[in-house]
Amino acid sequence: MSRARGSKALGAFALERLLNAVPLVIGVIVINFLLVSLAPGDPVTALIGEFPAPPEYVERVRAQYGLDRPVPERMVRYLGSVVRGDLGFSFANRQPVLELVLERLGRTLVLMISTVVLATIVGVVLGVWAARRPHSGVDRGATGFALAGYSIPEFWLGQILILVFAVGLGWLPAGGFRSIRADYVGWAAVVDQARHMILPMLALSFRYMAITTRLTRASLLEVMNSDYILASRARGLSERRVLWEHGLRAAALPIITVIGYNFSFIVAGSALVETVFGWPGVGRLMYDSIFTRDYPVLLGILLIVSIAVILVNLLTDVAYALFDPRVRY
Amino acid sequence: MSRAGAPPAAAPTAGETVLELRDLTTEIRSVRGLVRPVDAVSLRVRAGEVVGLVGESGSGKSMTAFSVMRLFPTKAARLVSGEVRLRGRDLVPLPQEAMRAVRGREVGMIFQDPASYLNPVLSVGRQLEQQLQAHAMGRGARARIAELLRDVGLASEIAGRYPHELSGGQAQRVGIASALACRPALVIADEPTTALDVTIQAQVLRLMARLQREGGVAMLLITHDLGVVAEVCDHVYVMYAGRIVEEAPVASLFAAPQHPYTQGLLAGVLDLIEPKPIEVAIHGSVPDLASPPPGCRFHPRCPHVMDVCRRETPPHFEVGDARAACWLHDGAPGAEATA
Amino acid sequence: MGLSVPAAPTAVGGVRGFWRQFRRHRLGVAGLAAVVLLGLVAVFAPLLAPYDPFSTSRNAFAPPGSPGHILGTDHLGRDVLSGVIWGARVSLIVGLAAAFTATVIGIAIGAVSGYFGGWVDELLMRITELFQIIPRFVLALIVVAFFGSGLTNLILVIGILSWPQTARLVRSQFLRHRSLPYVDGARVVGMRAPRIIFSEILPNVMAPVIVVASLDIAQAILLEASLGFFGLGDPNLRSWGGMLNTAQGFVQRAWWMSVFPGIAISLAVLGFNLVGDGLNEATDPRLREGS
Repeated sequence: MSRARGSKALGAFALERLLNAVPLVIGVIVINFLLVSLAPGDPVTALIGEFPAPPEYVERVRAQYGLDRPVPERMVRYLGSVVRGDLGFSFANRQPVLELVLERLGRTLVLMISTVVLATIVGVVLGVWAARRPHSGVDRGATGFALAGYSIPEFWLGQILILVFAVGLGWLPAGGFRSIRADYVGWAAVVDQARHMILPMLALSFRYMAITTRLTRASLLEVMNSDYILASRARGLSERRVLWEHGLRAAALPIITVIGYNFSFIVAGSALVETVFGWPGVGRLMYDSIFTRDYPVLLGILLIVSIAVILVNLLTDVAYALFDPRVRY
Repeated sequence: MSRAGAPPAAAPTAGETVLELRDLTTEIRSVRGLVRPVDAVSLRVRAGEVVGLVGESGSGKSMTAFSVMRLFPTKAARLVSGEVRLRGRDLVPLPQEAMRAVRGREVGMIFQDPASYLNPVLSVGRQLEQQLQAHAMGRGARARIAELLRDVGLASEIAGRYPHELSGGQAQRVGIASALACRPALVIADEPTTALDVTIQAQVLRLMARLQREGGVAMLLITHDLGVVAEVCDHVYVMYAGRIVEEAPVASLFAAPQHPYTQGLLAGVLDLIEPKPIEVAIHGSVPDLASPPPGCRFHPRCPHVMDVCRRETPPHFEVGDARAACWLHDGAPGAEATA
Repeated sequence: MGLSVPAAPTAVGGVRGFWRQFRRHRLGVAGLAAVVLLGLVAVFAPLLAPYDPFSTSRNAFAPPGSPGHILGTDHLGRDVLSGVIWGARVSLIVGLAAAFTATVIGIAIGAVSGYFGGWVDELLMRITELFQIIPRFVLALIVVAFFGSGLTNLILVIGILSWPQTARLVRSQFLRHRSLPYVDGARVVGMRAPRIIFSEILPNVMAPVIVVASLDIAQAILLEASLGFFGLGDPNLRSWGGMLNTAQGFVQRAWWMSVFPGIAISLAVLGFNLVGDGLNEATDPRLREGS
């Protein structure tokens, strides 16, 4: 049956995309290696950081990465270490880098995922609304909103949100992950954390709402002018059905792609927003590591985040194939 | 001209007027001003009958079909006056929701390029199911879809396929199934075979003719292929630059065309062994509808042009069982001007 | 991540014809006005700024409207208005120079890739993909942390990390153009590849490249401000991002320290985005006709 054939084709497609991703991951590791090798001064600095480390450790790192060996061997050794999951040790945090980054990653992901969800919902609704009445007041408003979203830096927006909602109105906390002094338990703790998340989420999602709004509007306008929309109207489908089942389904494809391909920008945005709000995620860790010159942490973050982006792109491609039966053939 | 009776409730009886257009006029706002692709068009389709609407591309024949459905490919188009009587009931004053219930239910439509008129991301079965659901026929949809697909000569497995997995002929069979899905009184087919291979064209055409006969539906067939007209139509309307220039039973039209435009068309076709798009058969092309010539719109290309043709629009003259909008028939024996 | 998908190139009917098209796009004209204003402020910063942007005073945390300090002062008594004015210079220089660098690299890679095709294309597109995937901000941060955050470094880093979109665009245009009759003709008369690339094809594909370049300027300004906010701006220059970095510590106390530099960044980025949009509509033949 065709359904079985479809899922097999989807599996093959996913595998093909996965194989495609391998050279990209290697490329990311090579770039990391190049950064280590090209950094000014003793390359061991890039692997340890400028934090006072015990001399034995420094020697061990020199030996492990073969820093006195020729470049190709060094690269192989570096690749080997990374593949084994050894991203070095952070002396500033007294913790292996991988462990440290993964520990912080959860909080960043919470922020990023809720941002994507919020931005997608608001963006799609606004975009549909605008596309239903092109050149109307709603459409102009959506366009203006989109332009603002493209142009306002999220870290500044974060500061303004703090000014208005925390300092001015006193509705929400100005930063942090949870209230330190109050010992909330159970439901109250969840509410407390949610309250801390609202402002960072708003600051971070503004740009992606703008992108999604603009893209939904554009792709919907294009799709709604297509022949098969005319045909589904000719079959007597209601406008609502035409819009949601035909229009949005087709317009969803470019929207999915953009969410996927903008993921690396959300990463940058969350680093900045976390810094503004003191949100203890990967972004904040990056900011702190710059001041402690904790290079292995920075390099580890670059590696992990890049691989995460590759994975998200992979998922995007698969999601695209799920939505569009044409992709698999 | 006889008036249509009260709307009959039951299935159309043979000979009943299913569709009647009266002075239908549609306008399009364009950058170069107001255009009338459909200008006071009147025509009639009876139950069990296939009526051809022929003309060059740009003559307004497709716009006539869209006007019946009050569904236009561009927002700039608007039905401005006239009547669209479906089994006696005028559709023009109907609100959108009532019009929606007519589309796909009482009037089925078959489009030119079958592939682009199916949503690429929904399966064939789902698209047919949507249509049945839209007209409260969702119950037993699965069986009905299988039956429909069988009727158009497709395996019922086709329901699970996506449009890109179908050949052009298969896609058009799906299009026909969709047009007939809710047992409509009228089917409008807009160049249904133009985009298909020649061998497939004949198959699809025969299928449409058979289904039309069996179901007793009325069909308005829009085409620029006179071969198709000769093969399946009972009655023909010839359209030129937004207006009907001649109307006749198909035998009379081919035997004795009355309008110089029709004569030119037929002369061109007779010269050819293979059917050929008519736009090349006559010199020149359709006039610019934004600034149509005064009087008879065909006069710049007419070999028999007279002074009156440049000044005044010809009315329809009855000539035998045909009607032609041409001044040549003014005062001719047996000719009589009508509206 | 541009505002719009650039259109196919078109013969723009001379500068005057082009301006006529551009003028119809009201937002584009507004953007151009913002960009011109930014340029004037940057050029005449020494004349416009009431104070040296670094000169401290005992008048710290003066609110906007204080005598002599229209936009107030920061925690060291430095004039905010003077900082905003001098910051325009940094933003504009980095934005223009980085976008220029990115465009040159993007054209070179895209042209070679699209003109020659084959394994060269395959390899270059893989590299392009890699650069699109790696989070630009994180990589820029590390490079600047390693190599220092002087103005030249900032320009080079931002430029080197921003070329992929231009490269992809130029490549797709070259793929289209390389089999067109005029290129075949040039080959037949014995023209060499570099000459065909630069004097035959390139002029025909420049319109969308310029659109992307103006959007790149906006992105570069934003990236420079982000780095500045992370404390990685040029330490010898007063920049908008740097001012916001300082303001971060005093959000509760001196709102004006963050409000004004942020408005400046937003307007500059908006200006270049709008100009890019306007250019796109003015050069896109599909958008030119019709309603």
